[in-house]
Amino acid sequence: MLSFIARRIVSGVILVVAISVIAFLLLYAGGGNIARRLLGEDASAQTVAQKSHELGLDQPLISQFGSWVSGVFHGDFGASWFTSQPVSDAIVSRLAVTLSLVLGATILIAIVSVVLGVLAATRGGWVDTVVQVVSLVGTAIPGFLIALGLVVVFAIDLGWVAPTGYVQFTTSPQGWISSIILPVIALSLGGIAGVTQQIRGSMLDSLRQDYVRTLKSRGLSSRSVVLKHVLRNAAGPGLAVLGVHFVGLLGGVVIIEQIFAIPGIGQVAVTATSQGDIPLVMGLVVATAILVVLLNLVVDLAQGWLNPKVRLS
Amino acid sequence: MIDPLAGDLTDEIQAAVTRSSRSLLRRLLKKPIAVASLSFLLFIVLIAVFGPYLAPHDPNAASAADVLGPLSATHPLGTDSAGRDVLSRLLFATRFSIAGAALALIVAALIGVTGGLIAGYYGRWFEGLSSWVVGILQALPGIVVLLAARAVLGPSLWTSMAIFGVLLSPAFYRLVYSTVTAVRDELYVDAARVSGLTDGRIISRHILTVVRGPALVQASFVAGVAISIQAGLDFLGLGDLSIPTWGSMLNEGFSNIYTDPVLMLWPSLAIGLTCVSLVLLANALRDTLEQSGRKRRRTRRDKPASIPPIEREPIVSHGGDHRFDGAEVLLAVDRLAVGYGQGDGSITTVVEDVSLTVRRGEVHGLIGESGSGKTQTAWSVLRLLPDGGRIVGGSITFEGQDLAGKTEAQMRALRGLKIGYIPQEPMSNLDASFTVGSQLVEPMRVKLKLSKSAAKARALELLRRVGIPNPERTFNAYPHEISGGMAQRVLIAGAVSCDPDLLIADEPTTALDVTVQADVLDLLRSLQSELNMGMILVTHNFGVVADLCDTVSVMRSGRIVETGPVLELFARPQHPYTQSLFDAVLDESEGSGSVAADIETADTNGALR
Repeated sequence: MLSFIARRIVSGVILVVAISVIAFLLLYAGGGNIARRLLGEDASAQTVAQKSHELGLDQPLISQFGSWVSGVFHGDFGASWFTSQPVSDAIVSRLAVTLSLVLGATILIAIVSVVLGVLAATRGGWVDTVVQVVSLVGTAIPGFLIALGLVVVFAIDLGWVAPTGYVQFTTSPQGWISSIILPVIALSLGGIAGVTQQIRGSMLDSLRQDYVRTLKSRGLSSRSVVLKHVLRNAAGPGLAVLGVHFVGLLGGVVIIEQIFAIPGIGQVAVTATSQGDIPLVMGLVVATAILVVLLNLVVDLAQGWLNPKVRLS
Repeated sequence: MIDPLAGDLTDEIQAAVTRSSRSLLRRLLKKPIAVASLSFLLFIVLIAVFGPYLAPHDPNAASAADVLGPLSATHPLGTDSAGRDVLSRLLFATRFSIAGAALALIVAALIGVTGGLIAGYYGRWFEGLSSWVVGILQALPGIVVLLAARAVLGPSLWTSMAIFGVLLSPAFYRLVYSTVTAVRDELYVDAARVSGLTDGRIISRHILTVVRGPALVQASFVAGVAISIQAGLDFLGLGDLSIPTWGSMLNEGFSNIYTDPVLMLWPSLAIGLTCVSLVLLANALRDTLEQSGRKRRRTRRDKPASIPPIEREPIVSHGGDHRFDGAEVLLAVDRLAVGYGQGDGSITTVVEDVSLTVRRGEVHGLIGESGSGKTQTAWSVLRLLPDGGRIVGGSITFEGQDLAGKTEAQMRALRGLKIGYIPQEPMSNLDASFTVGSQLVEPMRVKLKLSKSAAKARALELLRRVGIPNPERTFNAYPHEISGGMAQRVLIAGAVSCDPDLLIADEPTTALDVTVQADVLDLLRSLQSELNMGMILVTHNFGVVADLCDTVSVMRSGRIVETGPVLELFARPQHPYTQSLFDAVLDESEGSGSVAADIETADTNGALR
């Protein structure tokens, strides 16, 4: 088990390093042009050169990368070119908000998908029809359209919740829930569609396995065989799909935060992108990569717990 | 060098593939949903091509006088917050949104298909490299990469869509790669290679035709993703503002959500309906492909062939053995019939008119070829027939109660406690996710209401009893850590763990090594006499019958053709089918006289009892 975890961690670190290197090279390859775009077309060659020097963009790419890396080892990811706020502060201060959306959506996906997937596989009938419709809607319609629909119906027409804004959990737990409920639902639907279908499919596969009959022949109830044995065997593939959807959630949350005016990482990303704030963009890419790697690690550990073969190989 | 035969063969397959792709379209057009979504997509594409020529206004012409204007003759869909004509913008937006998605799709398909073909067909280092690249491409959410690209390269619809195409390419790469590796070693590709076709021709003629169908399904999904991400990017206001797209129109509508929410309606409908159509089309296409794949191989292992309408013949019944006459009748199966419901509501009968009795202490063998209905009969007694199967006639009386009429809950009370079951294939009958011990303990805790420690103690004792050398270690092992023979012993221990009166063993030694078979049979025999159980033993092996059984019924095509005490039936088989089974055994072990020897053994066993 230990070597299994160690291998996973090593490959995760390699992935983060590879993404950092590639992202840095691509983001900073513009060199002098970056300063030109920051200052606008009217800036003189001299001011552009001065700006380039100021930002260190006149250094060879490799030495720029070297100083970025050495900074990272001291916990310094550089500072925003526009606000001079350290990149790590800008990200960390918004992280809790974004994570509460993304993790909330992940948990909602997991719960709803297991319930729907198990019911659809074992009961069929109308539950199966509902699952098929939810899957179609969730797969086909982009999350932001669903979000817009939710805003129009539940916030503007019905007035059940405030259409925009974010309430800190510490300020008011109730307000926090009502401020994230629509964004979380909008984020989740795509994942619910994918994971439910996977769980339904692998449940049906597992139900056909020989051991199901043998367990029933021992006098165990269908319910306990399904919920304890079949579900556990079907959970692995479902978890893998959930991991894939988590990456999608990190992307989708950018748009969702914009719609609901939630001050998370997504808003930082949009501002940094439109301004061309390269250090901040770089920090966001690395932060996203780290989140993905961490999630994959959690998924791998859970897979190991679910399936002894994974753990021991 | 060219082998004419191989050439013919590949041409034939080629022709078959062409035929099947033509009929694929025809079958697809039979589905109303596919027709509806195809029509809508065609409509959208026509607008993308011709729409801008129909536009009444310049899509970017702002007019302060017309801000958020109502529907009118000059502006059929009104105007937006800059006074631009919504209809004109919608027509142009359709062109740009579709073109952007098409660009992403083309880039993705080109890179993915090429990469997949090379990696799958030639393999080697390219394979490792590309799967690594795929891993990196899929590690980051697309929108984050596009935001980063936008930060450096500025707003451009075409650049971002080309980049997104690269990000989407794994969808095609994975598909093509797995299809090619599967097809690579197929016989007809080998035949083509032997017949001297160049790699290029093999790829284009044989592999691309196989990949085409699934790739179309994938393309449909990918186009939907491209449309939604492109709209998302423009919705964030990060796109090229001089180009109207569905996303930028949505952004415009969203910023006027309180004053003129209808502005969001048209782009939302365009995005939503296009994406839904693409997914519906992909689903319909996939269903069609799967159906044509399924038709070719349509055999279910669990369901034996239905009974051919042969004339009902009298069952040959031997008398003569009265050893069990005084014993309690445990199980009496009377004219049992088992059937499977078909899609059209009819029922295929797989077992008919099967009658047998098992007394306490008696081992009743059911012998016959595979598909003769013996396993179906055994499962009926447990009432654990596969989906769709049920008892359609006759009765099963166990200890005086009719099993066929019992509810599931009543059956559950009998299973394990009164009737035990030993399956055929040891490995697949243990749940790989749980330890051997937990699978033994669970039923005992439920059925015998034992405490955890008492159940564990009993499980260890059972493991020792079935001859497992290190019970403690096996108890804590996972199924894949023990051998097949050990697994079958574990399953036997499980079957007798709650001290049943009747044991149903479905080919308990078939999946085992020959060396282990004899030990397992010995174990079954000693357990059976020790616990004085009745037993139904399903087998296709006369040696096993001779070794273990007191009574035997020979089954063919869902019916019993001959039944009687083993000694009688072995000595004087009367039904031609029984005789042919004996002949087959004799042919197999020519001259060794094994059947005769087995009968000897059976005799002594009988005498010792």
